Amino acid sequence: MSLFCFHNRSFVLTKGAFIFWLLAGIFFNESQAASLEELLPQLAERTFPAKQAALDSLATSNDERVPAILTALAQGELYLRSVNPIIVIGQPSTPGNLRLIDPLTQRDLGEVGASSSKKITLNNKMRTTLRLALAVWHLNDANPTIRLAAAREMLGENNPTVLQALQNQLARESVVAVRNILVIALALPQLTADDAVNRLKAISVLANNLYPEARNALVPLAESDPDPSVKSAAVKALSSIDRQLTWSNRLETLFFGLSLGSVLVLAAIGLAITFGVMGVINMAHGELIMIGAYTTYLVQTALPSWLDYSILLAIPAAFIVSALFGILIERTVIRFLYGRPLETLLATFGISLILQQLVRTFISAQNVVVQNPGWMSGAWPINPALALTYSRLYILIFALAVFVALLLVLRRTNLGLAVRAVSQNRAMARAMGVRSARVDVLTFGLGSGVAGVAGVALSQLTNVGPNMGQAYIIDSFMVVVFGGVGNLWGTLVAGLSLGVANKIMEPWAGAVLAKILVLVFIILFIQKRPRGLFPPRGRAAEG
Amino acid sequence: MESNSLIKKLIVSTYFAVSLGITFSSQAAEETIKVGVLHSLSGTMAISETTLKDTVLMLIDEQNKKGGVLGKKLEAVVVDPASNWPLFAEKARALLEKDKVAAVFGCWTSVSRKSVLPVFEELNGLLFYPVQYEGEESSKNVFYTGAAPNQQAIPAVDYLMKQGVKRWVLAGTDYVYPRTTNKILEAYLKQNGVASNDILINYTPFGHSDWQSIVSDIKKFGSTGKKTAVVSTVNGDANVPFYKELGNQGLSAADIPVVAFSVGEEELSGIDTKPLVGHLAAWNYFMSVDSANNAEFINTWHHFIKDERRVTNDPMEAHYLGFNLWVQAVEKAGTTDTDKVEQAIVGLETPNLTGGIAKMLPNHHITKPVLIGEIQDNGQFAVVWETTGTVPGDAWSDYLPGSKDLEADWTAPIKCGNYNTKTKMCLGSTAK
Amino acid sequence: MLKAMRGDRGGQALLVLLIITLIVVPVLNLGLPTTHPWHVSTYAVTLLGKYLCYALLAMAVDLIWGYLGLLSLGHGAFFALGGYAMGLYLMRQIGDRGVYGNPVLPDFMVFLNWDRLPWFWQGFDWFAVALFMALFVPAMLAYGFGYLAFRSRVTGVYLSIITQALTYALMLAFFRNEMGFGGNNGLTDFKDLLGFSLQSDVTRIGLFIASGLALIGGYLSCRIIVTSRLGRVTVAIRDAESRVRFIGYRVERVKTAIFTFSALLAGLAGALYVPQVGIINPGEFSPINSIEIVIWVAVGGRTTLYGAVIGALLVNYGKSLFTAVFPDAWLFALGGLFVLVTLLLPRGLAGLGRSREIN
Repeated sequence: MSLFCFHNRSFVLTKGAFIFWLLAGIFFNESQAASLEELLPQLAERTFPAKQAALDSLATSNDERVPAILTALAQGELYLRSVNPIIVIGQPSTPGNLRLIDPLTQRDLGEVGASSSKKITLNNKMRTTLRLALAVWHLNDANPTIRLAAAREMLGENNPTVLQALQNQLARESVVAVRNILVIALALPQLTADDAVNRLKAISVLANNLYPEARNALVPLAESDPDPSVKSAAVKALSSIDRQLTWSNRLETLFFGLSLGSVLVLAAIGLAITFGVMGVINMAHGELIMIGAYTTYLVQTALPSWLDYSILLAIPAAFIVSALFGILIERTVIRFLYGRPLETLLATFGISLILQQLVRTFISAQNVVVQNPGWMSGAWPINPALALTYSRLYILIFALAVFVALLLVLRRTNLGLAVRAVSQNRAMARAMGVRSARVDVLTFGLGSGVAGVAGVALSQLTNVGPNMGQAYIIDSFMVVVFGGVGNLWGTLVAGLSLGVANKIMEPWAGAVLAKILVLVFIILFIQKRPRGLFPPRGRAAEG
Repeated sequence: MESNSLIKKLIVSTYFAVSLGITFSSQAAEETIKVGVLHSLSGTMAISETTLKDTVLMLIDEQNKKGGVLGKKLEAVVVDPASNWPLFAEKARALLEKDKVAAVFGCWTSVSRKSVLPVFEELNGLLFYPVQYEGEESSKNVFYTGAAPNQQAIPAVDYLMKQGVKRWVLAGTDYVYPRTTNKILEAYLKQNGVASNDILINYTPFGHSDWQSIVSDIKKFGSTGKKTAVVSTVNGDANVPFYKELGNQGLSAADIPVVAFSVGEEELSGIDTKPLVGHLAAWNYFMSVDSANNAEFINTWHHFIKDERRVTNDPMEAHYLGFNLWVQAVEKAGTTDTDKVEQAIVGLETPNLTGGIAKMLPNHHITKPVLIGEIQDNGQFAVVWETTGTVPGDAWSDYLPGSKDLEADWTAPIKCGNYNTKTKMCLGSTAK
Repeated sequence: MLKAMRGDRGGQALLVLLIITLIVVPVLNLGLPTTHPWHVSTYAVTLLGKYLCYALLAMAVDLIWGYLGLLSLGHGAFFALGGYAMGLYLMRQIGDRGVYGNPVLPDFMVFLNWDRLPWFWQGFDWFAVALFMALFVPAMLAYGFGYLAFRSRVTGVYLSIITQALTYALMLAFFRNEMGFGGNNGLTDFKDLLGFSLQSDVTRIGLFIASGLALIGGYLSCRIIVTSRLGRVTVAIRDAESRVRFIGYRVERVKTAIFTFSALLAGLAGALYVPQVGIINPGEFSPINSIEIVIWVAVGGRTTLYGAVIGALLVNYGKSLFTAVFPDAWLFALGGLFVLVTLLLPRGLAGLGRSREIN
């Protein structure tokens, strides 16, 4: 106890004292210092300490209009109107306009241009205050997800009023997940109870959960509890928690690795077609990814109010735009260079320079903003110590989907048959009536289009700027070569395994050394198997 | 025989074209004062540096509208060192030797500055360097108008300590600026009673894009119950994926605030800032600061660049200050001669855009206010704290064992960049 | 030696011009006052010196690409290693003139709190050791790499990609500050070479002449190789590797030998390059740099040796020129040049003369 308390004193005291004050206002209906009408304008004070004071008073006010105001403040929807300045709630209506509502009277003040009101700014301290205040109100919200988040926020509080509120909620709570966390929140303070029996009981409640607050609170008991039975129970609980933590860490590492691998697969899979199947060393591949990412940006800019869906629209758009660029490159340059792979490298390197500069000249030398749609933000909690981020999860699934789609195209369609025929033996395929020139165009377009689709996914994770293509080109080549040129399965296995290997090594080697080791491994592996994991078979292999 | 002569002709003509082109470039003989602009317009650094090129062009334009300097118009000589460090040195030499520029405004990365430094010293040119940097350097020929570590890093850490932060993650890109800054901060934190196991130091390569493990480590490090903050010297492109990962893994600024020294308005304009709201940055200038000077500067910038959405940032202000100080110094000296300007400029003052006065110090750094801002959802910063008055830039950190006795003073009688206050001599030139 | 040059009109012209330049430029630089219209500025001398180093590097690539059919996308690594070896020597020559005045440790080690010189820095205060290492280290790396790769018959694009992996891995490694080579900043702020100040015109001219002589020497030795029996086997390997192996030649030995020699030339170029540009940093290892070298060769025309020299001079001059004249748009010009040369001049500029020959 003592150690824990010492470390947390300032934190717990301030947070606890504040909540006590807060709840005192709510539950015991104490008289308030100032009316809402007086307090509200103070939120527009110039300095943060003045705003903080106003917020503190607001949070303890028992005026029923306050929750709506503070919710608006937390969501950045509270404004100071410039003409006839009063504080208003502004909700975005049509683009560039705000619908203003008077928070005191709920009166609709009409629609105005967004620039005619000034947003009430917050700092971290105010945000923390708001979060706690809202959590208290949200503890009995109708939506169980909100209740859960509110209860999570209360974890580690040992203030009697908070505990009372938790207790009250527990009595009427019906959702199991929320009940569980309420039980934990109530058990945590019992760890410091004077009675060893209570401490033991609390330990048994906390023994199997992975909330960091629980583990932190158990550590001092395991180290120095006066009661030996409590101490040994705490030690046992800790070791069980740590065992579970080890497993969730392993799972986390695996997920991180697969996610990194899926990015590599996405970046490389277009190249697996243009380079692997057609033998074109396409140094402009990275720039085709970049074009896909910029297409996402343009689609998002064109449809600002459709943020959640525009990314789905961007996928076909990016495919088409990049494919068209690819076809243009194929028609104007690459078709003159078939059979001379090393020269395609030079020409496409020139093209990559041109494409980069095109973006700098016509869009901007700076990076552009690509937003994450709501459903791709945040994480999916598996347990309190392990959460899979949605963006990574969707991209992993997306990478697999692209892979399967490509595989089907190459295996099940006439185009795929023709592509395989031309790549294996161009002359023979022509003799059999395959129009090889048309197949070349379509194949290159397909590979480029897939690069564009990869750009859509990457735009969700990283920078969208003129240099983004450069960051992926080398890794892409490594993946294709490691997997075996001309083999889509090879690309998939190579990408995922390199990703996982990288992430397993990263904790002890560091990010840079892990990457170096992976590269050295690839170099040595190629010596052992000069044609990659899945070497091409048959005559094509002689080339 | 004809073919052979063709080859010969080809070789001869190439060779002469190249050698003649290099040796005898035409020299314009107009009566202008030339100003060199040495910022990368292509390659990895173009993202940051093109804006600074435009800033210098704007400043020159404005000055010419006011009648130029010493009755002569200013003429910009823009070159592209293409984010290639040896090319920086080559271009610097070309500007000084071929174009005979009176002063150069340029460089962003430390390595580009290190690369051109010997050239400026050899040819006795003037360089105005506008970016916050690691310190540990003072050259007669360079004026450091960006922040030294004591004008950015230390005040930021002070602020967080006052906010109750007890555990520290020092995350940076693996190069000299983060390494030095983190060394200084580590020493400073330990002096203030922070235990070694409450400090986590992490380095990543340039352009690092996969932050999953590191953010997860930060999360674990910060879940011990003590208030934790991240001091980020992560550079440039790596920031976007870093902040995206922070947001996605649910680390909000209220849990674990990140204070960054390399993320400004320009960088934020390429990020969706909603998940970042509340994270901090320490700079000497924010676009959001409400002052008449700043409003005019922003207005001029928008007018010049013909785009209302473009932002202004700290290195732009640094160029603004450096340029104004240089103009004043040239007017005061009555000439563009390097030595005379270098002597005239020390002690000159010009108003900051955020209020207060920037003064050129004898160590070639300037005085600056330090502002801490929190990121808002519109990509701007709200100032949450600032120093009272300005902080003088310190070339040599007081917290590093190698440099705490060193001082730079380019005025008589010391006149050197690494004067040892204990041994009373300039280490570089006289030590045996 | 004369035999090696017989029939190589382009090479003869090149050598004559080089020799003339090596005489004329120093005279015009040192002999004339700076105000004289015929004066060659020191800027021009260092720039020419730098181009000559690039030309030597391009020739090294042409030797293996043109004559052996190996496209190395990692030759920048050998160049940079040679440069680092010379850089270490130059760092040691700074002595106590660094900003901290430490007589043993370079500045970057002082502020990273290193207490002594790492073992791999030992011996680099002797010029001979540094020069030896500048050749030996790249050669050994190439030998080891070639021994493994050629024995297991890694060819074509696979070889190209793993040479790229090699230089990329080295770049990441040298970026690490723990490596002890100055991290991202690399090695810079050099003062003396063999006791001569690097900032004096005489030293610059000396380095310029040394680069020119190295290029001439490199050219002659490459010619000797390609006109020898070894050279004919080399070309045979390029054209039909399996047949040469069946005839009974140890193909991998020939390949390793030529590859190693090429790396040695690249290392020499790097060693001469560093004192002239004044900095060596991990950026030199970047795969893009190595691709650029290949492009110089392609522009000039491969399998001619002198074509590589023309390409290196022309592309780099173009770069210097365009980056100053069209700073915003020069990448269009450069990119367009690469595309057009590949499409219209598959054998490069040198091929221009020879295609007429066929007609």
